[in-house]
Amino acid sequence: MSSANPATESSNVVSIGDHIRNNIREYGMLIALVVIMLLFQLLTQGVLFRPQNLTNLVLQNSFIVIMALGMLLVIVAGHIDLSVGSVVGFVGAVAGVLVVQMHMNLALATVICLLMGAAVGAWHGYFIAYHRIPSFIVTLSGMLVFRGLTYAIINMTGNGSSIGPFPPAFQVVATGFIPDFIDISFILNFIGMSAIHSTSILLTVAIPIVMFFISWRRRSVNEKHGIDVEPFSFFVGQNLVVAAAAIFIGYQISSYRGLPNVLILMLLLIALYAFATQRTTIGRRIYAMGGNEKATKLSGIDTRRLTFYTFINMGVLASIAGIIIATRLNSATAKGGDGLELDVIAACFIGGASASGGVGKVTGAVIGALIMGVLNQGMSILGYQTDSQKMIKGAVLLAAVFIDVYNKNKG
Amino acid sequence: MDDTILEMRNITKSFPGVNALENVNLKVRQGEIHALVGENGAGKSTLMKVLSGVYPAGTYEGDIYYDGAVRQFRTIRDSEDIGIIIIHQELALVPLLSIAENIFLGNEVVANGMINWQETFTRTKKLLDKVGLKESPNTLVTDIGVGKQQLVEIAKALSKSVKLLILDEPTASLNESDSDALLNLLMEFRNQGITSIIITHKLNEVRKVADEITVLRDGMAVKTLNCHEEEISEDIIIRNMVGRELADRYPPRSVPIGETIFEVKNWNAFHQQHRDRQVLHDINVNVRKGEVVGIAGLMGAGRTEFAMSVFGKSYGHKVSGDVFVHGKPVDTTTVRKAIDAGLAYVTEDRKHLGLVLSNSILHNTTLANLLGVSKATVIDDVRELQVATNYRAKLRIRSAGVFQEAGNLSGGNQQKVVLSKWLFSDPDVLILDEPTRGIDVGAKYEIYSIINQLAADGKGVLMISSEMPELLGTCDRIYVMNEGRIVAELSKAEASQESIMRAIMRSGEKQQ
Repeated sequence: MSSANPATESSNVVSIGDHIRNNIREYGMLIALVVIMLLFQLLTQGVLFRPQNLTNLVLQNSFIVIMALGMLLVIVAGHIDLSVGSVVGFVGAVAGVLVVQMHMNLALATVICLLMGAAVGAWHGYFIAYHRIPSFIVTLSGMLVFRGLTYAIINMTGNGSSIGPFPPAFQVVATGFIPDFIDISFILNFIGMSAIHSTSILLTVAIPIVMFFISWRRRSVNEKHGIDVEPFSFFVGQNLVVAAAAIFIGYQISSYRGLPNVLILMLLLIALYAFATQRTTIGRRIYAMGGNEKATKLSGIDTRRLTFYTFINMGVLASIAGIIIATRLNSATAKGGDGLELDVIAACFIGGASASGGVGKVTGAVIGALIMGVLNQGMSILGYQTDSQKMIKGAVLLAAVFIDVYNKNKG
Repeated sequence: MDDTILEMRNITKSFPGVNALENVNLKVRQGEIHALVGENGAGKSTLMKVLSGVYPAGTYEGDIYYDGAVRQFRTIRDSEDIGIIIIHQELALVPLLSIAENIFLGNEVVANGMINWQETFTRTKKLLDKVGLKESPNTLVTDIGVGKQQLVEIAKALSKSVKLLILDEPTASLNESDSDALLNLLMEFRNQGITSIIITHKLNEVRKVADEITVLRDGMAVKTLNCHEEEISEDIIIRNMVGRELADRYPPRSVPIGETIFEVKNWNAFHQQHRDRQVLHDINVNVRKGEVVGIAGLMGAGRTEFAMSVFGKSYGHKVSGDVFVHGKPVDTTTVRKAIDAGLAYVTEDRKHLGLVLSNSILHNTTLANLLGVSKATVIDDVRELQVATNYRAKLRIRSAGVFQEAGNLSGGNQQKVVLSKWLFSDPDVLILDEPTRGIDVGAKYEIYSIINQLAADGKGVLMISSEMPELLGTCDRIYVMNEGRIVAELSKAEASQESIMRAIMRSGEKQQ
């Protein structure tokens, strides 16, 4: 039973079947996302994929994806953060006070909001990391405290129940679209696509191409060093399918008002966190810590500081989401971000993160968040009320984790 | 006269990809102690899980005859009902419940739907007397040591009127006196007619108590030896286990010993929780270049506490003393500083303290020295792969590749991954804490060879072990520790099992 499989020793190109079996999780989730999208496309009779709806899908869910990136690290580290919904509301209220009432310089206000998020994260992280109080309790407390603070700020300073409206310049990230600074409209006109936004469509085509070259380089490095790789034809085919889907969605969005700024921000953050988790020492250490904290500590890693940073990171991402949500709705309310923590946590678990820590991927959390987003959007179009929306989302969460656990036990 | 109580015939059990058992036959006589030996992964535990119903009937091929009839167990309950009780390697006790509650867990003494605590208490007291455990039935399991917990498990088995007791490596985590007590208890059970099957790696124990020995190798029963018909030497058992002649259990070594490279002076420490209890008293040890130095002692002597307190104050309270590497004083107050000073500590508990089981061999190998494979916090994964592949080959880690999860490896291979991790951190001094615990004979030999190679490379090795033959076979010098003190320092010529035990006993008398 200890002998190595000779087939994998001599050649490192595995068969398509083996490759899919080895990565059943990733493919399974991607397929689930596609199936759910197609299902709603069918149920809504083609409304879901309309340019305006796809754009709204991005605008309304980007903040869930952004927070899921931080939550994934928290969960991988073996913790949980229940406070992010309240932090969103709190930072939104702070932004309202600074920008609407004090007319502060927007850049400065943004920096203060981000620092505020970091401070909240540090507050939680301090008790969790240095006093070993369970994160569930600390962030449950934070959830109440910061919601209360949000109410206090809004009641004290707002006109009734909200602070707003925000100046348009502050809303650029949340509601703006990238400007057409590269003009290829003469080409687009020539091929009969005059209504489309030039820079957006260029980016839409460029991003999958860049992605393809990055993964192609990886694959050849892996192959050279004897790491198992999928057959080349499968690799190309898979990339073509993904690229085609990305280009289709990008094309639809580009033909409405262009790519939303928040989409670009989201993509940049996803790329940053995917890189950080897979290729940097800090990412590696978080996974090790979540898998076995004592062994990680005995390997010379300061696990307390690492936990502390993980929560600061979560706080900063929650504050970004807080700004996006407040400016998108154009008012900071006492209820801003209420219940959002559950969507974010659910996205991570749907995406395959383990509640006991150590396991989970950025791509998984992103797909999980997109599944939640498509469900939200699709059910809204269909006119489902909040009651059935919540029940369906709850059922999807349980089903996803059940399939996961079932597969693991069987395998 | 046929006194066979149990016969397992042609048992075959396969898991996806492997045949864990292949046509295994096992015959156990009424009232004997039957030892089951074999290397890790030979199929001993699997066979016992088939017998006890952990793997239900239908998931394996073959027949089980017990007490004169064919039996098919669908659950553990089925086998327990007719007196077959298994005690697993990992004890199945609830730490925060009392001894009495644990013994009757799932089998409570009930009258009118309510637990009768008086009756529970009296019965527990009787059972504890039988196994020779002097503890109150109300003591929490978490408050007693592993050796006593083992006895609680046995008392629990007795409460279910056991006829066939199966023990999976019962003495693996026990010190010598606790092990002896346990083995004596088994022999007493034999007199009372209780049959035992004992899985163990400790061949001296096998020789001491077993009436018959069945050797498993690669999922097959290769031999059954009767200890009363012939003299069974450990060499005969080992030869059957590994399928080859193991010329010597310890590889020869001849390394020139150089100057002192590691020295600990006046080391004191207090207990982690009971902060006024001093656990280490004025310890002075040194290791020279190329030298393997042992620390012998009974369990609880403070050896692990000493190693961990030196290694980044990972244990203890009010730790004081000086550490020198290459004659210079070094700061070892955090694990990071200790590593930077050239120390490495291979823990006795590789599953909980040594490895991240959910991570690959690759990631475990580089965990203590990530900076060695990264630039500006970005990991060079090609370099990392080369490092891990290199150590996998050098230490002969048997796995499907470096991407295999550490949790799926056998004990010996896991230990080699822990060693890889520390070798890659490039230490001057390695502290090895029970480096061969729970590892089979073949893998042990490989670990000893690695230790020799480290010494030959000019490193110093400090080795803690509870197996005295191992210390005698591998060390150039042995410190003996007892109750938090170094009580003797023995050269290779002076050291023997007797001299070590004498040093321990004599120091114990002095204390009193």
